[in-house]
Amino acid sequence: MTEIRRWVSGGSAWAVLIALTLVLLLQRDALPWAIRFPDGWAVPLTPWLNAGMNWVIDSFGIYFRAFSDQLSVLMRWIRDGINSLPWAAIVALVAFMAYAVSGWKLAVFSFAAMFYMVLIGFWTEAMNSLALVALSVPMAVIIGFFTGALGFASDRADRIIRPTMDMMQTIPAFAYLLPILLLFGFGPVVGLIASLLYAVPPMVRNTTMGLGAVNSEVIEAGSMSGATRRQLFWRVRVPSAMRQILLGVNQTTMAAFSMVIIASIIGGTADIGWEVLKSIRRAEFGESLLLGLVIAFMAMVMDRLTAQIARRDTSGPEALEWARPRVLWLSALVLAIAITALAQVLPFLKTYPAAWEFYPAGRLNSAVQYIVTEFTVTINYIKQVAFFFVMLPVKMGLEKTITPFSWGFAFTDTLKIGYAVAVLALAALSWQRRSWRAAALVIFFGMLLFVGITGMPWPALIAMATLLAYQTGGRRLALGMLAGLGFLLLAGVWEEAMLSIYLCGLAVLFCFLIGGALGVLAAEFDSVSAALRPFNDTLQTMPLFVILIPFVMIFKIGEFTALLAIIAYAIVPSIRYTEHGIRSVSKEVIEAATASGCTPLQLLWRVKLPLAAPVILLGLNQTIMYAIAMLVIAALVGTSDLGQLVYIGLGDGDFGVGIVAGVGMAIIAMLADRMTQAMGGRPK
Amino acid sequence: MPDDDTPRSNTPEPKLVCRNLWKVFGTKPETWFKDQDALRDPASLAERMRDDGLIPAAVDVNFEVAQGEIFVIMGLSGSGKSTVLRCLSRLVEPTYGEVLLDGEDLLRKSARELIEIRRHKMGMVFQNFGLMPHLNVIENVTFPLALQGMPEKERRKRVENVISLVGLEGREDSYPHQLSGGQQQRVGIARSLAVEPDLWLLDEPFSALDPMIRRQMQDEFLHIQSTLKKSIIFITHDFLEALRIADRIMLMRDGMVVQIGSPVDLITDPADSYVAEFTRDVPLVRVMTAADALAPGGAQETPEGLPEVDSTATLEDLLPQMAGRHDSVIVRKGDRVIGQVTPESLIDALAKRTKAHDAAMDEDGSEIAKETA
Ligand SMILES: Nc1ncnc2c1ncn2[C@@H]1O[C@H](COP(=O)(O)OP(=O)(O)OP(=O)(O)O)[C@@H](O)[C@H]1O
Ligand SMILES: [Mg+2]
Repeated sequence: MTEIRRWVSGGSAWAVLIALTLVLLLQRDALPWAIRFPDGWAVPLTPWLNAGMNWVIDSFGIYFRAFSDQLSVLMRWIRDGINSLPWAAIVALVAFMAYAVSGWKLAVFSFAAMFYMVLIGFWTEAMNSLALVALSVPMAVIIGFFTGALGFASDRADRIIRPTMDMMQTIPAFAYLLPILLLFGFGPVVGLIASLLYAVPPMVRNTTMGLGAVNSEVIEAGSMSGATRRQLFWRVRVPSAMRQILLGVNQTTMAAFSMVIIASIIGGTADIGWEVLKSIRRAEFGESLLLGLVIAFMAMVMDRLTAQIARRDTSGPEALEWARPRVLWLSALVLAIAITALAQVLPFLKTYPAAWEFYPAGRLNSAVQYIVTEFTVTINYIKQVAFFFVMLPVKMGLEKTITPFSWGFAFTDTLKIGYAVAVLALAALSWQRRSWRAAALVIFFGMLLFVGITGMPWPALIAMATLLAYQTGGRRLALGMLAGLGFLLLAGVWEEAMLSIYLCGLAVLFCFLIGGALGVLAAEFDSVSAALRPFNDTLQTMPLFVILIPFVMIFKIGEFTALLAIIAYAIVPSIRYTEHGIRSVSKEVIEAATASGCTPLQLLWRVKLPLAAPVILLGLNQTIMYAIAMLVIAALVGTSDLGQLVYIGLGDGDFGVGIVAGVGMAIIAMLADRMTQAMGGRPK
Repeated sequence: MPDDDTPRSNTPEPKLVCRNLWKVFGTKPETWFKDQDALRDPASLAERMRDDGLIPAAVDVNFEVAQGEIFVIMGLSGSGKSTVLRCLSRLVEPTYGEVLLDGEDLLRKSARELIEIRRHKMGMVFQNFGLMPHLNVIENVTFPLALQGMPEKERRKRVENVISLVGLEGREDSYPHQLSGGQQQRVGIARSLAVEPDLWLLDEPFSALDPMIRRQMQDEFLHIQSTLKKSIIFITHDFLEALRIADRIMLMRDGMVVQIGSPVDLITDPADSYVAEFTRDVPLVRVMTAADALAPGGAQETPEGLPEVDSTATLEDLLPQMAGRHDSVIVRKGDRVIGQVTPESLIDALAKRTKAHDAAMDEDGSEIAKETA
């Protein structure tokens, strides 16, 4: 038994698997099933799921509809309420709130951001989105708080809640939409419920974490002050955890908003997300840019406001000495009433006159058009290089990519042999210089590049992934890997899954290299750090949609654009965590190393990076999660992976297809997450 | 230094009695207490529990605290001091034993009764202050009263003198994060006194403070105690601190009580090498008083016209007076002369105690040697 275990943990297992791969590859004409999993072998999950869904709708549909009707009523009230207020009152209220929680700077910014929506004439659409957020956030906060408190109070509940929350956040947004649509009916309610589902998990996590992290002495002090159990919870534990809980509110708000925007894809919502999508689809770049800015501004205002409230909490009433809550609410009320009254006299405060609007979409369009035509050659060149020399080889393999048309020469047998020799030489070198692990890695990627990710035999890939999982995380992880990949295979979405991994993998690789380099620079130079911060902040709060816009504008629709959009979104954690990791290396260690005569470069490579490795790895983990989240959105600009399948499922109203692909993506995300975590935990 | 000539622990009704107290962390510790015979040898029972993977943090702890006494618990980190203290307030639920407060068994109290007791009879101070971050000074101090539903005006009035006692006037509206460590602990002390408790529990209250502030806080603590006369249990692992404030000290090791006695007893008559080791760096002359170095013969044959000192004067104070003299110093206790200290009696007393101390250390040294052999 231990013999086997030792063998599995060692290098010879890899040798066997690599040999197996080679055999399968050499015999691939005789064994086509090893490359393409035959459709006939797949389990017909989709029809089963559809049948199940139909049954649920037939039996319980009315209840869901009744619930959604109630919600619709509530939502209409809020919408009407917001719409009946003059725009000037709302703009003033938001600015006032910003002033109250933070000060003049945020107030001016909020005012400008809100006024922009009025100025370009999309106030009503923006407010329709806001109404959804205004309803879903309080609901998500309440549900999330109590669920989180339950998870805190009972370990058994926590064991159920935690994975459920993971699931809810990793299943891609689009995959939610269809079942909700089927159950609850068409309309803005879908957006509401989807955003609720998506926004609850951060609240739950932060609540459980915050409540658990309260200093035990504070709790004991509360008990010794004679608190009853209820007092101990509401007057000691909850207020002490308030900062974390408010951070949860911030994240929940952002998640809710981002989902509200995504949900507009089903249409019929008359909100700002729908307008943006419409213009992206019509390739109206000026419009998408102007409207995308509305979303960006809304996100920024919401983020800064809620984040500021969380930050302010325990630091006492510094920002506004006079602002006792009562005074604050009263002033806000007076302000709103005053402006509403004033709007009776000055009607332009209520309805902004169309003549005063400023909507330079046409001019922007021609500007973009001009730039794109001016630089066509460069743009196309970039696209083609990336496509032929990076993306296609990984996807389909060098053997199919190298043609006289793309590379300028054919991949002759001599060249193939040369390639094989080069790979082997490199492998031998890495074995000698580093370890057998490095050699195995080289050979693996050598094969991968030759046949492409879609040309690799699945039995070998599954075996290798399982072995890797076993060696990094032990038996349970290996079993999870086997089960997860088995699902992808048997559900018949193996190829799409591999394409997802290809797109994500490339994006993550770029993010890790470029983001890591930027992070190092930011850690070394304060000026770089300061320059990157607003860029990072903005990218992180931006609803995913908006990130697509500039890339579509320049590179048009296609896989390359998708790749760039994913990179743009997923690079942020790589930068942030690397910077943070390096900056938190203890001063003493650095001084000790400097005193022993390290050059700055040695200091970086031999001291800072190794010490920061766990944090950087955490950044890698986050980068992967972000990349997978963006993958689905990227489907809008044309990909052929699981994300596309989710999107197709939604478009065709095919519940089964969408949910299988969605669960597939969640599986990939969770496996990647556990793998990187296991790597971080592995003692070196 | 408090006077321990009339040991307060002899007063008829002790404030707090702790009998055969056990706290065992781990799964199902109760099963070990079914067998009454096993309880007769607590040390070996605890050993068996440890072998079984449990953590006996308090092992058969017995002591009494008199009205108005300052009872100090000492011991190395992990020796079970905090556990014992928390058992007394039932922040930690004891596994076995009895805790009598004013003659009533605390461990039999229901949750409701316990809350009442905490609201009126006990106050506790924590090492890291345990302040509520979201409340300002006055709200923190009045927090126990607020929990009882007392209106705000009345609360403020109740704590007025406590606030001035700990010297926090003028900082009432500050938040904990705006205060220094010393000030934060003042808030902690004020809060624990807000309910006017009889039993005051302090778990290393000054350990997180730097030495200067610590000394100042000790002085203030003694000042507070001289006006309030609480019954106090005080944890520290600083022997000099214990020396300054303790009436009696209880020394613990691995959950067990090693010795209980006055500071001088512990130094001059250590039960074993552990105690001796603990007190090793304390200069004897600072601890022993004139009363400990009296010449034999008592008060009868004291000559007239010699300098006089109080019985509580330490030998350190006495030495300069004795320097260069061949005759003695008269020792008084209040109005009464209780004897004299001669140069010989002083040296004898020091030598005797030093020898006892060294013997205790050697004894265990040879024991260890035996074990390793
Ligand atoms: N909740 C708990 N669960 C398990 N073991 C505990 C728990 N609390 C304390 N212990 C163990 O009980 C023993 C005594 O701990 P205690 O905190 O009473 O020590 P202490 O003397 O106060 O130490 P210190 O000076 O470090 O505060 C230690 O071994 C500790 O690990
Ligand atoms: Mg302790």
